[in-house]
Order: sequence, then C-alpha cells, then structure tokens
Amino acid sequence: MKGYFGDFGGQFVPELLMPPLLEVEKAMEEILPTREFQDELNDLLRNYAGRETPLTHCPTLSQELGFNLWLKREDLLHTGAHKVNNTLGQGLLAKRMGKTTLIAETGAGQHGVATAATAARLGLNCVIYMGAEDVARQSSNVRRMRLLGAEVHSVASGTATLKDAINETLRAWISSHETTHYCFGTAAGPHPFPTLVRIFQSVIGKETKAAMYEKKNRLPDAVVACVGGGSNAIGMFHPFINEEGVRIIGVEAAGTGEPGCYSSASITTGRPGVLHGCHSMLLQDKTGQIEPSHSISAGLDYPGVGPEHAWLNKTGRAEYHKIKDADALAALQKLCRAEGILPALESSHALAWVLQNPGSFAKGSDVVVNLSGRGDKDMDIINNALEEN
Amino acid sequence: MHILEEKVRAANAKGRRALIPFLTANFPDEEKFWEAVGDLDANGADVIEIGVPFSDPVADGPVVEEASRRVLSRGFELEKLLDELAGRKFYAGIVLMGYYNPFLQYGLSKLAHDAKKAGVAGFIIPDLPYEEAEPFRKALEGAGMALIPLVGPNTPPERMELYAKSARGYVYVVSVMGTTGARQGLPPQIADTIELARQKFAVPVALGFGLREPAQLAGLSPRAMPDAAVFGSALLTHLDSGRKAGEFIAKWL
Repeated sequence: MKGYFGDFGGQFVPELLMPPLLEVEKAMEEILPTREFQDELNDLLRNYAGRETPLTHCPTLSQELGFNLWLKREDLLHTGAHKVNNTLGQGLLAKRMGKTTLIAETGAGQHGVATAATAARLGLNCVIYMGAEDVARQSSNVRRMRLLGAEVHSVASGTATLKDAINETLRAWISSHETTHYCFGTAAGPHPFPTLVRIFQSVIGKETKAAMYEKKNRLPDAVVACVGGGSNAIGMFHPFINEEGVRIIGVEAAGTGEPGCYSSASITTGRPGVLHGCHSMLLQDKTGQIEPSHSISAGLDYPGVGPEHAWLNKTGRAEYHKIKDADALAALQKLCRAEGILPALESSHALAWVLQNPGSFAKGSDVVVNLSGRGDKDMDIINNALEEN
Repeated sequence: MHILEEKVRAANAKGRRALIPFLTANFPDEEKFWEAVGDLDANGADVIEIGVPFSDPVADGPVVEEASRRVLSRGFELEKLLDELAGRKFYAGIVLMGYYNPFLQYGLSKLAHDAKKAGVAGFIIPDLPYEEAEPFRKALEGAGMALIPLVGPNTPPERMELYAKSARGYVYVVSVMGTTGARQGLPPQIADTIELARQKFAVPVALGFGLREPAQLAGLSPRAMPDAAVFGSALLTHLDSGRKAGEFIAKWL
C-alpha cells in the first residue's frame, strides 16, 4: 500500500493537509529525480555542507575492544549534524515547488539550525517551532537559529518538547501551505516524509559502503546508529538492508532507567499506534494517550519512531536496543579521551551500546557507528550531569 | 435516511438551521458536562458532538486542547463515557469526535459494538482522511453508525467525490484553513466551498470551526447557507466561565 512499510506508515492527517502532502509527493516523483535537481543538491552537499564525511578508524578503542571501530563522521558537517543532508534536499525541493518559506519543528535544535541555515542560503523565510522545555535546555541553538534569520516560536502546550513542536508545526502548515513547505526533520510523520527524509539521508550509508570498500575491500560486519525519530539511523541502514551479512543495530534512549521514569524507547518498550500522521511504535498508556518521553539528549526525546524502523524491527532485519542516560554520558567521555572526538549525546547512545557489548562482535570485525552529530551543543547538559555525579 | 441526516432535515423542515454543539467529554467536570448535554438537548440541539480527548490534538486550537488536557489530567476512560451514554436518552443524535489512536487502542470492533449499545449515531475523526478510513468504515458497517467526513476550502472537487460515496449523516465543512477556535467573521471564499460541497454531497452540509455567533453567517447567500452550524470552542469558554449551555444555544435559535 502507498506510503506503508508493512503495517507501518500511512497518512493519518486532517483532510486539510492532504493536498499539501500530495503536492510534496508529486514533487518527490517529478522534481527530485531530475538531473538538474541532483546536480544542484550534490554541489550544495559537497561545497556548502562539507560532504563526503570521513570514515574514521578509532585505534585506541579498537585495540581495547578487539575489533575495528569506525566512526562515520556526520559530526563534521556544516551546522554540526546529519540534519543538513535532509534540509538542503527539502529546501531545494521547496524552492523548486515555488514555496517562499520553510517551517520546521526542532527538538535539540539541530534540525532547526540546519533548516535556518538552508533557508538563509537558498533565500527562503524560516519559522521554527520548538518546545519551551527544549528552548530552555538548548538556548545556544535558539540564538544560532535567530542569528541565521529564523523566527523561533516557543511551544508551551502539552509536554513542551519535540512532539508538541510537531503538533504546532502541523497546525501552522494547515494555514500556510500555499506558500510554505514543512521541512520535516526526521524519517517519521505522514507519507511521503519517511521516504523523502530517508532518500536524503541515505547518503550516509552509501558513503559508508564506498569508504569501507576503499579501505578494506569489504562490507562492514555491523552498522550502528542511535534512534529517536530515526533519520540518521535509516540513512545509515537503508543502503545495507539488502546486504544480508551486515548486522543492523539501532539504539534507543532508555532515559534514566529508574523504575517509573519515562524513556524514549518506543520500539523496545512501546506498542503500535498512530501519532503525527503515521502508524508506528509509540509510548502510550492503555487508553491510547501519548506518554511523555525523556532522554538526556533532546534529539532522541520523542515518544514515536519512524515507521520503517518499526517494520525493520518487526521483520527482524534490524535489532533495536536501549541505553541509559548515564551510560551515554560515560561513552561520550570515553570517546573524548580515547580518540579526541566530542560526540553529541544522541550519537553517544549508539557508541555506548557497542562499548558495553564487545562480545557481540567477532574479533577483527569491522563495526561502524554513525557519529550523527558533535557534542558542542551539549556542553551545558554535560557540565550539569558531571557536576551531579 | 440516516438518523443524523433526519435530525438535520427535521430542523430545516421547521424553517431553521440545525444546531450541532460540540463539547469535550467531562468538561469542565463530569457533573457539569452531563448537565450541559441535557441542557443543550432540551434547548434545541439537533446533534451533539462529544469530544473524546487526546493528548495531541493537531486539528484543534488552544481552547479544545486545553479542555482535553484538563480532562485527561483527571483521568479519562472511553469505556466509562460509553457506559454513561448507554444509561441516558436524548432527542439529539450523538456523535463522538476524536483522534484515531484512542479509538484504535480501544479496539475497532469493540468500539463499534459498545458505541452502538450506547446509542452513538456517528463518528468524526479529524486525523482519518479517506485513504486511511477503510478499516474504521468496515468496523462500523452493519452497526448503522456514520463516519462523517470533514472537507475544507482546499479540498478539490475530486476528493469531495471520494468522500461523498460513503458519506452518511452530514458532511462537516471546515470554514477556515486552520484549527478549531472562535474567530471573527468568516473567510469570504467559504461560500464557494459550501456551494461545492452542496453540489457533491447528497447529505446535508454542516459548517464548523471558528463559529461563535449566528451573525457570522448573515452575509451568506441562500445557496451558500449551511444546513447546520457546529460550534465548540466558544461554547467551552462559555461553560468554563460558569454559565449555562442553554443560554449559549438560545442565541442560535
């Protein structure tokens, strides 16, 4: 069925949003594959965003672990994370659709910053919706967005985090879609966003594959990525789905891990349901109300997940695990000291699972962790967390 | 003719527009809610839409969202609402309006069974467009309950035709490109939308979103005059200030 990955996906939106979604779908089919579009996007990715990104070997940690640990360095991209792969793609598409404004939700602020930068570069207006709680804990990103010319709206309704920012952006899109494109930040939401975002993020997995061949003339044994909404992960995973020998591992945020505390682990602890336009795995109570999520990393703090991940989990093609706040923080510190790289708290979840489960990988194997973003934005949170301990 | 269409047509036959108040279930509290439903039923409501609260109501403005949040914070169970409804009798047709996930988690066939028993005549599900509605329509089949479509100013004729095929009861025309909530006036292009809906749908046309007083409809031509008016946010605000539902509906009669 159109827009479905097995049982997951769909377009559960008000009728008023169907015409704009059909418009995006049409642009995805007609504009995106053209030579002209691809050339312009590739030029931006290379000369503006800084692709391709390196595949970095970690000598110290590899020796300790007994296998080769590689990092796909999305942290080195312009604006500090993988998000810009998607915003440049959607921004360019929006411009060619004749839209004058980009609107977007943001959690950690990374997608907001990437959207603001893209809009500035492409000459589009930009409005960002951000949960009031995230505005408080990621204030430097708010200042960056404003500096880049974006209007930032603080969303105080509901839990005042990413899910509420998405609600508010969907509402804003209803009244503005004639002139405005909703630059959806993750591989979730209504069709065609899960597919559109995956198309733009798949550059991560494609480059990883090519780099691994170049360095070792083989495929990696495993690819590992953190999963909130799941855009960096699906970008890494998708080019490997049909490579049977490659293990695919997604890592969710378990929150503090204390009993009764909320997590963001919708695949490993949730149930199927409908939120933000798609049928996927959700954190919800027995009556179908969405539960608040929690994670030390704002970018993973979301009660849902992209529908393709829900499907990869159900079919068993990918495995999903979870990592607690404190363990992600420990992995972050370890990577800083061992390899001189400060990862985002989000990406630290993926790294932490590999560091905690070395027995899960054969001696001498090649394991790639997607380092989806850099940790500079997290300095306040890191400082506070380390002071508490 | 479906019972909801009958209700609307009966009001029209008396020379007046049908009145469809919307109330979030158990708002402002359980006792006042049932009192308001009774009050509306006794004072001219032809259909009453009861809002089933949801944590993430993307089609709603701040008033309905806040009302839902307050109800949810005290604990809300759909099963209890249906039990309560089953024990009461109203002249007005009862419609449940809510987002898909709480209905989905309740179980669609159990919902069809329990809602039928409770005397519910139809459902409005703002986040269930035509493409996704098949399982829900199937569940309602045979139970005689309507799935009322929502269309708006940006719904093209061909999509109205899709909805028209299975529409029963009435069609809900959304007056603005936006969320629920009282506004001043009406957008001028709404007359075209209402006329198009009238042409495409055999069922009566109800207008909602943004209505707070009958004067807003005064400028519409007879062809563009809706068969029914839906009002929600303005009524919730009225009730929350401690006033009676009957006073509110009186100005619409």
